[in-house]
Amino acid sequence: MIHSLFLINCSGDIFLEKHWKSVVSQSVCDYFFEAQEKAVDVENVPPVISTPHHYLISIYRDKIFFVSVIQTEVPPLFVIEFLHRVADTFQVCRRSSNVGDTLPTGQLSNIPWRRAGVKYTNNEAYFDVIEEIDAIIDKSGSTVFAEIQGVIDSCIKLSGMPDLSLSFMNPRLLDDVSFHPCIRFKRWESERVLSFIPPDGNFRLISYRVSSQNLVAIPVYVKHLISFKENSSSGRFDVTIGPKQNMGKTVEGVVMTVHMPKAVLNMNLTATQGSYTFDPVTKVLTWDVGKITPQKLPNLKGIVNLQSGAPKPEENPSLNIQFKIQQLAISGLKVNRLDMYGEKYKPFKGVKYITKAGKFQVRT
Amino acid sequence: MTDSKYFTTTKKGEIFELKAELNSDKKEKKKEAVKKVIASMTVGKDVSALFPDVVNCMQTDNLELKKLVYLYLMNYAKSQPDMAIMAVNTFVKDCEDPNPLIRALAVRTMGCIRVDKITEYLCEPLRKCLKDEDPYVRKTAAVCVAKLHDINAQLVEDQGFLDTLKDLISDSNPMVVANAVAALSEIAESHPSSNLLDLNPQSINKLLTALNECTEWGQIFILDCLANYMPKDDREAQSICERVTPRLSHANSAVVLSAVKVLMKFMEMLSKDLDYYGTLLKKLAPPLVTLLSAEPELQYVALRNINLIVQKRPEILKHEMKVFFVKYNDPIYVKLEKLDIMIRLASQANIAQVLAELKEYATEVDVDFVRKAVRAIGRCAIKVEQSAERCVSTLLDLIQTKVNYVVQEAIVVIKDIFRKYPNKYESVIATLCENLDSLDEPEARAAMIWIVGEYAERIDNADELLESFLEGFHDESTQVQLQLLTAIVKLFLKKPTETQELVQQVLSLATQDSDNPDLRDRGYIYWRLLSTDPVAAKEVVLAEKPLISEETDLIEPTLLDELICYIGTLASVYHKPPSAFVEGSRGVVHKSLPPRTGSSESAESPEAAPSAGQAAEQPAVIPAQGDLLGDLLNLDLGPPVSGPPLAASSVQMGAVDLLGGGLDSLMGDESEGMGGSGFTAPGPAAPAGMGAPLGSGLGDLFDLTGGVGTLSGSYVAPKTVWLPAMKAKGLEISGTFSRQVGAISMDLVLTNKALQVMSDFAIQFNRNSFGLAPAAPLQVHAPLAPNQSVEISLPLNTVGSVMKMDPLNNLQVAVKNNIDVFYFSTLYPLHILFVEDGKMERQMFLATWKDIPNENEAQFQIKDCSLNADAVSNKLQGSNIFTIAKRNVEGQDMLYQSLKLTNGIWVLAELRIQPSNPSFTLSLKCRAPEVSQYVYQAYDAILKN
Repeated sequence: MIHSLFLINCSGDIFLEKHWKSVVSQSVCDYFFEAQEKAVDVENVPPVISTPHHYLISIYRDKIFFVSVIQTEVPPLFVIEFLHRVADTFQVCRRSSNVGDTLPTGQLSNIPWRRAGVKYTNNEAYFDVIEEIDAIIDKSGSTVFAEIQGVIDSCIKLSGMPDLSLSFMNPRLLDDVSFHPCIRFKRWESERVLSFIPPDGNFRLISYRVSSQNLVAIPVYVKHLISFKENSSSGRFDVTIGPKQNMGKTVEGVVMTVHMPKAVLNMNLTATQGSYTFDPVTKVLTWDVGKITPQKLPNLKGIVNLQSGAPKPEENPSLNIQFKIQQLAISGLKVNRLDMYGEKYKPFKGVKYITKAGKFQVRT
Repeated sequence: MTDSKYFTTTKKGEIFELKAELNSDKKEKKKEAVKKVIASMTVGKDVSALFPDVVNCMQTDNLELKKLVYLYLMNYAKSQPDMAIMAVNTFVKDCEDPNPLIRALAVRTMGCIRVDKITEYLCEPLRKCLKDEDPYVRKTAAVCVAKLHDINAQLVEDQGFLDTLKDLISDSNPMVVANAVAALSEIAESHPSSNLLDLNPQSINKLLTALNECTEWGQIFILDCLANYMPKDDREAQSICERVTPRLSHANSAVVLSAVKVLMKFMEMLSKDLDYYGTLLKKLAPPLVTLLSAEPELQYVALRNINLIVQKRPEILKHEMKVFFVKYNDPIYVKLEKLDIMIRLASQANIAQVLAELKEYATEVDVDFVRKAVRAIGRCAIKVEQSAERCVSTLLDLIQTKVNYVVQEAIVVIKDIFRKYPNKYESVIATLCENLDSLDEPEARAAMIWIVGEYAERIDNADELLESFLEGFHDESTQVQLQLLTAIVKLFLKKPTETQELVQQVLSLATQDSDNPDLRDRGYIYWRLLSTDPVAAKEVVLAEKPLISEETDLIEPTLLDELICYIGTLASVYHKPPSAFVEGSRGVVHKSLPPRTGSSESAESPEAAPSAGQAAEQPAVIPAQGDLLGDLLNLDLGPPVSGPPLAASSVQMGAVDLLGGGLDSLMGDESEGMGGSGFTAPGPAAPAGMGAPLGSGLGDLFDLTGGVGTLSGSYVAPKTVWLPAMKAKGLEISGTFSRQVGAISMDLVLTNKALQVMSDFAIQFNRNSFGLAPAAPLQVHAPLAPNQSVEISLPLNTVGSVMKMDPLNNLQVAVKNNIDVFYFSTLYPLHILFVEDGKMERQMFLATWKDIPNENEAQFQIKDCSLNADAVSNKLQGSNIFTIAKRNVEGQDMLYQSLKLTNGIWVLAELRIQPSNPSFTLSLKCRAPEVSQYVYQAYDAILKN
């Protein structure tokens, strides 16, 4: 399995190493650095690297590389999943500085994901239905690809051994679902009900994907005109964002980011709403729009200045859009009811919906 | 209260203070002290001196304190094995503690203490824990067996732990089952032939039950184990599949992929007429697609596997094309994989969409990606005939952009399109010719030349175009030279009257002025063909070409089937069977898909294996040159044939030749044809700077038997046996390498230990890291009688083909005699490659040292060397390691040295010598850091002899 683990920060320092069997010299990371140098961008470092005597499997999270050293044939996904758990744990540790006063619990319970003897004075169960829209819109405004990645994150603080059933108004929407191990698969298969004894605290109950094209509503549209003239060192930029299929809810938290071509020197724009910045080093234009009001559509317009003498840029930049819609699951998924068995008290229950942009790209 | 305070003490005499606290009577104080010790340990301070004091705290009923002490033990037991024995008693006692947590903790810790002496004490407690009444203890003990096996395999077998472990597969608790499987799998890794995981229907049932209830990691082990099982019939296969499918909905992607593996494998046994077969196909698509919304690293592994799955069963994902569309901010490694899969899924139904996407990608920023996208358009044209026209016009649009690398890629793929659809799209040739001047990559130049030669009769100025290439003939890469030669010969055969001069010119360039054996051989063959029988030449050179197959890089079906069995593993990422890359391949058992049972259907249906049949008939689409250029070990080293059956064989060879560059087996022909004499052995590469006239034949060319001078200067290792007589039918070869006054040679002793006379010796090297090649044939003047030895010094040069070897200094050699061909490999000391002008200017040295990034610096210890700095310096100079400066810093001598390899790589060194210390420290800096290790080996060898 994993022989050793190295944690490497962005400036290339190995700041933590852990060896499970014998010590593998840090120099094995040289192969990693080599790959990193070749990849230029940190995001582009290949996750599996072979060296003469080892394999390096790595992930990149929160500006840290987790590089594991492997010597035998192992499932790389096993390793990558494990590394992500390690990264999760570090995140938790960083948030709470109080480590390890308690021993691992729950090990002896019949239900491995729940510790025994949980007690709360206020018994509560909250569910957040969070949906992200991944989409590619082509330059004419039609949808090339769209799907919804949804999750139900739960925060459950219930005493004892509660046995919950969560049902939906329209469970048929969910045909591609990944479950937390606590969920009884058979009940889902036969009745389309999520039946489970929950872990204590925060956890992800299910994640799901809705892909059939007609179910994925696209809540915003973008009108754009980005053009560069031949033999001139300037270009035009004009983008308007408007609401579309938003089920009567407000689209807010709108941010547009654009990687402008390398030849762009600076941009002189006017925003009718929100504020924009252009970083001349990374060539990233960010427009923080905020809320969209249909009466007055936000617009960003002006001149793009190119390096003098540079040829007209060949590529057309993609517009990356972020947004949020509160109290709406864009797929239409609705929780019907939550029942609890096995315990006598009455818990407080709540469901929240939110829709966000995932990887939402508009090609120009 | 936070624990951060434990990390902040930096007072003097800390160890003493801690010692006192550890021995305190107060429990609280003791616990605090142990926490401080652990904190120090974690940040890397050495607190091993406190070992006895910490171990003393072990006997406590406080679980927290015990855990901390165990943690300490795991860390330091290895460095203090004798003291660790002191802890054994407590371990044994803890293994019988009434609290199962403590029992488990104790057995777990003992397994983590990798000290030989402790292991024997571990056996009894472990045996008890394996049969403990508490499942938590049993599951911990199961893993402990695997750990113990890693330390002492024999012990584990002798103690019968393997059998106990096998029994645990039938345990009532799913966690225990999972851990037993995990432990057995781990052990089986190092024990390939043992039937540790011999499964029967009962144990399978146990595993399937445990699968539903154990942790995600346990599920992965169980699924991987299930995948190795061979169901007895299709019914059993189906029932296993039914119980595995729920795992496809697991949140852990590794569980999902392992489940996919089981299903893909067992599906093979199901009849395609079964309803269940169709259901299963439908169930496989969503989880595979879901994997693509995970983190990019997971996506990458998933995509590599999906690539295999779509080749095996394209029907699973045929409607899911869109999920493979590339987002502009995907990491490049994800983009390239997605593109590959898009082409595999391309069909008439979705080709319009795919093309629109590809065209979009061709305007992206990333060059590698753009190139692959352009190439993909060509592949679509070849794959989906209906789309060919649209693809060609898209490619023409792209050529109009004049973006250099786009144009070159487009021309490369258009050549393939011409091959696939002859006489259809030649109207675009004019446009292609306009871009002739902008082509600077060999592959694009070669493609363009091929097009000109192939369609010479339609291009008015074909001769002018080809002639323009001829001017810089010797600066072109081999690929272009070969193509140019063939194209001009084609042109000559089509328009003989105007081009006679041109063909003469290219033939003489290829044969008389070239060092490249492939080029020479091809030249000679054409020459002979043209001069003896022009009609035959026409038949050969202008023969109808075989059609190219639809997809260029499909994995060969038997390999694909094997790889399907390895879904989810490294093998699936590399698309190679584990035996090809896992170190010490431990006699890997090749896995294969189960045979289809059930209904009469035995052959694969056509859509499942679209090109299996075709692929067999048509070896490859215009094979890459490297493929045919002759891996030496496959070369035919047969003795020279004096009168080859030319008419018959050349026609055949000519056909092959059109495809690429391999003429290796014809090597014997040319001497006769060109009027040469006594061609004894095919030389793989002509020596550089040996301007012997080639026209007179090749035989006397290698007349350079390097006179063996006295051994001075460069260190020469004693000869060792490279090829034992046992392995070479009585021929024993021992040898070494030397370098004198710039000449490298391989000094060999050939001994005949057989009963018959040996003759007709020849030698060849495989391509190697530094292009080492014999500069002359192996000259054994008289036949070698039994029990006779002959010493030979074979001159070497470094102008042979280069291929990176592992290890870098590995050299694969083939030696032939009248009996057989024998292969061996040997490692050459790197210092034979250190050239005489390897002394760098001081200023240059300083600048270069600074310029090379620090991560390229490697440090080594040269142990047990008693020379002083001057002696070292002299000794190294003999082997072309030059001392540039010497400094004395605080009593130690620092030597700054440089050396240069034959291929121009500079290596800078700093050698630190302390008068009292026999260990030298060598720091090497080099732009190609992979050579450092071998340079160090050379240093070590030179200094110690």
